[in-house]
Amino acid sequence: MQSRNVMSQSVTQPTDNPADTVDDLLVPVPDEDGAPFWEYAARGELRVQTCTECTAPRFPPRPCCPHCQSFDSHWRTTSGRGHIWSFVVPHPPLLPAYAAQAPYNAVVVELADAPRIRLVGNVVADADARLDSVDPARLRIGAPVRAVFHTPPGGVTVPRWVLERP
Amino acid sequence: MGATLKDATAIAGIGQTPFAKRLEESEKTLACRAILAALDDAGIAPAEVDAFASYTMEETDEVEIAKAIGAGDVTHFSKVGYGGGGSCATVAHLAAAVATGQAHVGVAWRSRKRGSGPRPWKNTQVQLPTPGQWTRPFGLLRPADEIGMLARRYMHEYGATRDHLFNVALACRNRANQNPAAMMYDRPLTREMYMTARWISEPLCLFDNCLETDGALACVVVSAERARDCRRRPVYVHSVAQGLPAQHHGMVNYWNDDPLSGPAWTAARQLWKNADLGPQDVDVAQIYDAFTPLIPLSLEGYGFCGRGEGAAFTEGGALETGGRLPLNTAGGGLSEAYVHGFNLITEGVKQLRGTSTAQVPGAATCLVTAGEGVPTSALLLRS
Ligand SMILES: [Zn+2]
Repeated sequence: MQSRNVMSQSVTQPTDNPADTVDDLLVPVPDEDGAPFWEYAARGELRVQTCTECTAPRFPPRPCCPHCQSFDSHWRTTSGRGHIWSFVVPHPPLLPAYAAQAPYNAVVVELADAPRIRLVGNVVADADARLDSVDPARLRIGAPVRAVFHTPPGGVTVPRWVLERP
Repeated sequence: MGATLKDATAIAGIGQTPFAKRLEESEKTLACRAILAALDDAGIAPAEVDAFASYTMEETDEVEIAKAIGAGDVTHFSKVGYGGGGSCATVAHLAAAVATGQAHVGVAWRSRKRGSGPRPWKNTQVQLPTPGQWTRPFGLLRPADEIGMLARRYMHEYGATRDHLFNVALACRNRANQNPAAMMYDRPLTREMYMTARWISEPLCLFDNCLETDGALACVVVSAERARDCRRRPVYVHSVAQGLPAQHHGMVNYWNDDPLSGPAWTAARQLWKNADLGPQDVDVAQIYDAFTPLIPLSLEGYGFCGRGEGAAFTEGGALETGGRLPLNTAGGGLSEAYVHGFNLITEGVKQLRGTSTAQVPGAATCLVTAGEGVPTSALLLRS
């Protein structure tokens, strides 16, 4: 079940998601195509790869545009606003760091600026709160959310989401 | 119109080991036992085997298997990716090889100690099927989490309920209760058990998830002509298909225009295009059931009902014996054994031989599918 494009080259070892040294959550290990997303996230920006030729945004990032086959792309800034497209509430058995915060939510957020771009994330009370900091009963499909950025000490910045109407 | 696979080949033999949470023997030994049982079932000598097909996730390879069972010179071997999406494709690849003269006796197999062995998602060092950087840091760790996401969206869009998912779990369990080889043979399921079960990933509970099984299965594919001389009634491979839809992303299919229409739709279009039969002609179905929500999705994809109607289709005992579409008549991955869907192929063969433990009277046509939600495959078998 390898869905990774074996033709693409990685800037790191193939995504092996090593444990975060601080809170033991898995950290993203970018591939070459995805690396800019994480670099912008580290600056507190949520950007999406966009075709320079035909302006179509695409996600996950990839070398060329599936619409016009252009290899030219840039990273367009988004407002960081969206709404919950779906969510799950995982319970153990889980990896230990996640089990320690379970049940928590994992959401898919559809971006307001690019409705077909949907990002997996967590709805939290604030950027640095625990994964279980929002009662799952308060989540519903369609709820508006906005991006915040969590940087664990020494770790990789990840976007998270807070409810617009908590 | 050039060459066609339609009815050109047949499954002449099937074999399996016991299914259990833990078997003592190695995956290689289990594979050999299942394959030799399938060859014996067909009445074909191992030395005649000249083709192999399995899954890329299969740990036993052709070299080891061929020399262990005493195969002859092998002229075709292939492995198909995407876990349970590859099950039916193993037979399809053998059918293509046999029909085009690349080989004459093909063996497909799957041997897996998923019951006593490690859970793949626990490995943090190896790339899992998902594009991990976009999902795993956020605690979307397991296949159940990934499919649960689509399941909640499906329930939201179409009004599907947990009772619909229970209908699926119950039909599989009821058939397992008739099948002494099933892991859940002596474990009936009630609605109360289902509704009070522990969550795995809300909206999916324990009974929405497949079993964890040690076991192996195999089948033998030969030309239709050869099959008629074999020990058992031939089960013809009427139509085959694989399906990887445009802009599909595997189990995390969140990133296209229509995430709830998956590989089943693509495979179905190809399957029916090359068949003399349609969904209305299917007497019994073995539909890949790693998770209950895959059933309503597949019912829609393979054309048994319209878009969004898959959940409602399960009502009124439709999936039970005597219903509109008897489902997973040995218990499926949910209640017989989870061996990446290979037991659905062998059960399809049993139905068309008339030897199932939950036999559909006069069954002449059986749909077998591989995993929905990943690049998939399907077989239309007929007697
Ligand atoms: Zn373009």
